[in-house]
Amino acid sequence: MIKHETIEKNVGLMAVLIILVISGGGLAEIVPLFFKDSTTKPIEGLRTYTALELEGRDIYIREGCNVCHTQMIRPFRAETERYGHFSTANEHVWEHPFLWGSKRTGPELARVGGRYSDDWQRAHLYNPRDVVPASKMPSYPWLFDRQLDGRLTGKKMETLRTLGVPYTDEQIASAGSDVQGKYEIDAVVAYLQALGQTHSNYNTR
Amino acid sequence: MSAFWSAWISVITLAVILGCTWLLFATRKGQKYNETTDKTVGHAFDGIEELDNPLPSWWFKMFVATVIFGLVYLLLYPGLGNFKGLLGWTSQGQWEEEMAYAEQNYAPVFARFAELSVDDLLQPENAEGLRIGQRLFANNCSVCHGVGGVGAYGFPNLTDDDWLYGGHEAAIKTSITNGRNGAMPAWGDVLGEDGIRDMAHFVLSLSNAEHDAESAARAQPQFGALCAACHMPDGTGMHALGAPNLTNGIWLYGGSFEQIAQTLRHGRFGVMPAFNGLLSEDQIHLITAYVKSLSN
Repeated sequence: MIKHETIEKNVGLMAVLIILVISGGGLAEIVPLFFKDSTTKPIEGLRTYTALELEGRDIYIREGCNVCHTQMIRPFRAETERYGHFSTANEHVWEHPFLWGSKRTGPELARVGGRYSDDWQRAHLYNPRDVVPASKMPSYPWLFDRQLDGRLTGKKMETLRTLGVPYTDEQIASAGSDVQGKYEIDAVVAYLQALGQTHSNYNTR
Repeated sequence: MSAFWSAWISVITLAVILGCTWLLFATRKGQKYNETTDKTVGHAFDGIEELDNPLPSWWFKMFVATVIFGLVYLLLYPGLGNFKGLLGWTSQGQWEEEMAYAEQNYAPVFARFAELSVDDLLQPENAEGLRIGQRLFANNCSVCHGVGGVGAYGFPNLTDDDWLYGGHEAAIKTSITNGRNGAMPAWGDVLGEDGIRDMAHFVLSLSNAEHDAESAARAQPQFGALCAACHMPDGTGMHALGAPNLTNGIWLYGGSFEQIAQTLRHGRFGVMPAFNGLLSEDQIHLITAYVKSLSN
């Protein structure tokens, strides 16, 4: 029999025991995922985001889209009927940070690419109520005024490459000029149209 | 999962559970659980002392119950590395069961309507089929075409009798299944600003809208050379190419002088997304019937 007094009065021992207890879950549930093929190897044929899509992704994060929209289709029929094949971990290995989200105020977007036309996406982002009268999504009109200068696009790609995203030297070299002068709305729409379209393993029901 | 990681997970998981159990019993007092004592833990703050009583019995039992629950759970469900659990449950398996259940229950409903032609579906006795079509339309199509199918600027109205690609069953089905890519070229560079103005007046004249006749007359030869190939010499359009009829006063991108000039200047590239892969053939069949019913 041990006395809790022994632990309470010995801060170092208590710290060690606390670390031991709380690390149990992480060691069993998280660490093995770093070494599993299904969570570390990209799905077959996965392509990287283009420079424009990558900038669109950053604007998506800046505007907080991921706060209201998830990018994670769960394996329930109610979700797969509406949004397409359920998400798998190997689709997201090049996502830094991943944008799975945890709350759906708006609809799930993991496979929204190709579901609506570019024109619709632009109209909807300018003022959602122009096309969906009951929508409570905010308007993003400034995306139509602000231009990208492309100054950091190549650097972002280089950073992602150090994290394992296989951007080529050519992609990095032309990244700045690829996006320079494009409007933010072009980037966001390009990104949205790429969601779910960066590989073709799940396109049939 | 390799045998190493399987063992890693199993050993840590069980060790944590056993460790918690050991801690629970190791710190348990020797007394009966409901017994209170006047024994203190031996310190006092401002005269306040802490009694050294055992954990209440119900509390202790709840701890034991969580341990038992955890072990039973790990026995039934996959949790310990490669051990599949006695129930053989997987999240994908559960999804496949849901899909199979739906297929078994809903496929016969769709099959019954799949046998009927679109014209039969429009008959009152098949109203249920149209209602299913309506709900599918609301879920998949109304975001662009509006809840009632009346469309919006840039998105066709489906309730009138004007069709870009034709209003017969096969054309509607093709539109839904494979999508459509509109391609009105930009004429700004070819016509110049004066030419655009004249052509806009000519296009207005086709539907007898208010226009400048002199200006329109100047553009007439160019309409024959540049526009008639798709919109036909009389401006009534062509379903095969999705070229709109310009004579009926129905406008996808607006019929004002400035809107028409804008269309001529920059072109229009409306896109109807393809729904094959998203909707089954039987579902598209019912949506087609519903869309046809909108303009009847």
